[in-house]
Amino acid sequence: MYQILKKQALNPTVTLMEIEAPLVAKKAEPGQFIILRVDENGERIPLTVADFDREKGTVTIIFQIVGATTEALNHLQEGDRLSDFVGPLGVASHTEGLKKVAVVGGGVGCAIAYPIAKKLHRQGATVHSIIGFRSRDLVILENEFAQASDKLRIMTDDGSYGAKGLVTSALKELIESGETYDEVIAIGPLVMMKFVAALTREYGLKTVVSMNPIMIDGTGMCGGCRLTVGGKTKFACVDGPDFDGHEVDFDEAMERASMYKAFERRRHEETCELFKKEVR
Amino acid sequence: MANMSLKKNEMPTQAPDIRNHNFLEVALGYTEAQALDEAARCLNCKNMPCVAGCPVQIHIPAFIQKVAAGEFEEAYQIISEASSLPAVCGRVCPQESQCEEKCVRGVKGEPVGIGRLERFVADWHNEHSDPSCVKRPAPNGYRAAVIGSGPSGLTCAGDLAKKGYDVTVFEALHLSGGVLVYGIPEFRLPKAIVQKEVDTLKALGVKVETNMVIGKVLSVDELFEMGFESVFIGSGAGLPRFMNIPGENLKGVYSANEFLTRVNLMKAYRDGSATPIQDAKKVAVVGGGNVAMDAARCAKRLGAEEVTIVYRRSEEELPARKEEVEHAKEEGVLFRLLTNPVEILSGENGFVGGITCVEMTLGEPDESGRRRPVVKEGSEFTIDVDCVIMAIGTSPNPLIKSTTQGLETQRWGGIIADEETGLTSREGVYAGGDAVTGAATVILAMGAGKAAAKAMDEYMQSKAK
Ligand SMILES: Cc1cc2nc3c(=O)[nH]c(=O)nc-3n(C[C@H](O)[C@H](O)[C@H](O)COP(=O)(O)OP(=O)(O)OC[C@H]3O[C@@H](n4cnc5c(N)ncnc54)[C@H](O)[C@@H]3O)c2cc1C
Ligand SMILES: Cc1cc2nc3c(=O)[nH]c(=O)nc-3n(C[C@H](O)[C@H](O)[C@H](O)COP(=O)(O)OP(=O)(O)OC[C@H]3O[C@@H](n4cnc5c(N)ncnc54)[C@H](O)[C@@H]3O)c2cc1C
Ligand code: SF4
Ligand code: SF4
Ligand code: FES
Repeated sequence: MYQILKKQALNPTVTLMEIEAPLVAKKAEPGQFIILRVDENGERIPLTVADFDREKGTVTIIFQIVGATTEALNHLQEGDRLSDFVGPLGVASHTEGLKKVAVVGGGVGCAIAYPIAKKLHRQGATVHSIIGFRSRDLVILENEFAQASDKLRIMTDDGSYGAKGLVTSALKELIESGETYDEVIAIGPLVMMKFVAALTREYGLKTVVSMNPIMIDGTGMCGGCRLTVGGKTKFACVDGPDFDGHEVDFDEAMERASMYKAFERRRHEETCELFKKEVR
Repeated sequence: MANMSLKKNEMPTQAPDIRNHNFLEVALGYTEAQALDEAARCLNCKNMPCVAGCPVQIHIPAFIQKVAAGEFEEAYQIISEASSLPAVCGRVCPQESQCEEKCVRGVKGEPVGIGRLERFVADWHNEHSDPSCVKRPAPNGYRAAVIGSGPSGLTCAGDLAKKGYDVTVFEALHLSGGVLVYGIPEFRLPKAIVQKEVDTLKALGVKVETNMVIGKVLSVDELFEMGFESVFIGSGAGLPRFMNIPGENLKGVYSANEFLTRVNLMKAYRDGSATPIQDAKKVAVVGGGNVAMDAARCAKRLGAEEVTIVYRRSEEELPARKEEVEHAKEEGVLFRLLTNPVEILSGENGFVGGITCVEMTLGEPDESGRRRPVVKEGSEFTIDVDCVIMAIGTSPNPLIKSTTQGLETQRWGGIIADEETGLTSREGVYAGGDAVTGAATVILAMGAGKAAAKAMDEYMQSKAK
């Protein structure tokens, strides 16, 4: 079970893997996620279902190497097996009835946004995608987005590819140029989602964001993933991960995401050391 | 000759100021000599009042007589007719309000140490047996599914397997055992014991599928489509409650479930664990049950200097087992009784900086028969803490209910099931344990799993005709 059938580096820090997981593939819908453990002593980490193939029984994950667990995951090769892979978890993104949508992705968030864009496109909606990266070498999924979108804007912070600037400026431009949307779907770093939501609030434009707080079980058992949405406490793993971007308390979410910073930094360094030794 | 000592043989334990720095088991168990001596205190009463106090009616005097005769394996066989998890129940049962409460020796002096003897017998058996030699019963050709691998699910699976059913247990987490592995800490219930129970089941032919969140990966209806003829739901009461007071989402506020899961299931107490846990110095644990005691004692062991239990009623109403309260006190856990939190204060960098509480007094009894705590006006005060753990209760997770058509539940989420058989509003679907009763005890969950296994057997056999 859970064999890695394919591994591909999308950019220096983002990797795609196709995992054999027939039961997950059978049920998965865009917007849902899985929780995996790399090995017997591993941490449980959530990753979005970036794609799935029900016939082949595979699930694609795309992850950014940010810490110990994603580092360890990236050291596995095709043919290796993961110790655990559970899902699909969370509520699927609502796409019914949407006719025209702006999909905004930032960095590795594009991997989460892509299956939704694809689904919307397949069901006949007009999709305008705006994807943003820090620089040219970090761009991922450009062709995939191009195929799933009626309009595609690529933004880089430094202007080394596409247009220079943030995703919010491209979105603003489209709106100002007269485009109207049933909904904006924004997925990326918390700050990005916060600012997209702030922008669309001005236009009264409904905005859905995908939240990624720290999780453990992913079944509603620990409450560690809780957020404040519209003044109420919600568990992202069972009530989300999609929420109304105008209702989410982003500042609190950003605080909570930094809970284990020191521990994470130390673990990441230890893991890198370990792999360096193995290589020698 | 009966041993007429008024006192139980004391349980050997690790010294408090040593054990509160490690995660090894606190109570070490009777030696053979102590067990023989304690067994001799039992009067072998004809009317067996103690048995009436045990939810699964273990034939207590009979097993104790076997202990007294030094026939430990025989004693084990008697216990296992009624209980499938004696090593667990002997450790965590609230004996003082069950079997031992009814023991005649307790009228004058202390009751017979029934739980301690049960533990001794189970441990003796585990040490001298090998689960891989368990005989597999002849298959009867029927398939049953069990959702959840807590005490209710494991018991139900074991009883069905012994009758020849082909049983598969579906567990949401990566390890089986339910609260026994993710909640109750190592120092109270070593995980090797739970693993041994699971291994025994596997030797009986039970299949355990982890990473299977029923309601997500598969639904109850799909289980029937796959050919399972009857389903038992033992999914527990895992959804944590919060108080909804200001500051509850600050960094450093945990539900007891999260804190204990990080510590137990994810082994955060071990050096080199991949799962982080806050390095807290002063911890407040809100609540007074076993869960609160476990969280407090874990916090102490992780190195907190000051751990305080904050509970809104008085010592008498503490729902935790007496032994756990005493152990917690010995280990230096402080108790602020008749105290209720009203706000969690923010300290440095968005972490908890303190907890504001009010003092309470006990007023008239409420529906539960316990005196209702009432706020003392103007009694507000603040305790200086950097971590708060909420242990104020849990309720059943709505995941299975919301994905199973026709499965009726109470308003608070408990699955409605017949008390005797566990039958739910759906044909062939049975339920038991915390999923039905709300957070209760291991022995009750086990009893419910047993009763359901019996009813499921009858159901599948009758359908066959
Ligand atoms: C529903 C959901 C979907 C996600 N989808 C993707 C995805 O498709 N691709 C991707 O690259 N990342 C995704 N993430 C984030 C991913 O889970 C984290 O990057 C990963 O857990 C980091 O683990 P680490 O040990 O490598 O890093 P660490 O060093 O442990 O942490 C680095 C950062 O990741 C966050 N993080 C750490 N542990 C967890 C955890 N258990 N749960 C969530 N976040 C954590 C922390 O806030 C921290 O800032 C998703 C998160 C959630 C909740
Ligand atoms: C910290 C703590 C200390 C305790 N101390 C004591 C004590 O000292 N004495 C005592 O008698 N009792 C104690 N209890 C209570 C006791 O542990 C429970 O009453 C008992 O475990 C309930 O058993 P159960 O089988 O109903 O459910 P659980 O033990 O809760 O097991 C349920 C299992 O089902 C799984 N599950 C849930 N949903 C799904 C799903 N959708 N699909 C698949 N699997 C699912 C869960 O992951 C879990 O493994 C304590 C509880 C806690 C939390
Ligand atoms: S199972 Fe619990 S109540 Fe029954 S005899 Fe054992 S300790 Fe007592
Ligand atoms: S009541 Fe006490 S003394 Fe009598 S049989 Fe039971 S355990 Fe023994
Ligand atoms: S991750 Fe535990 S409740 Fe959401």
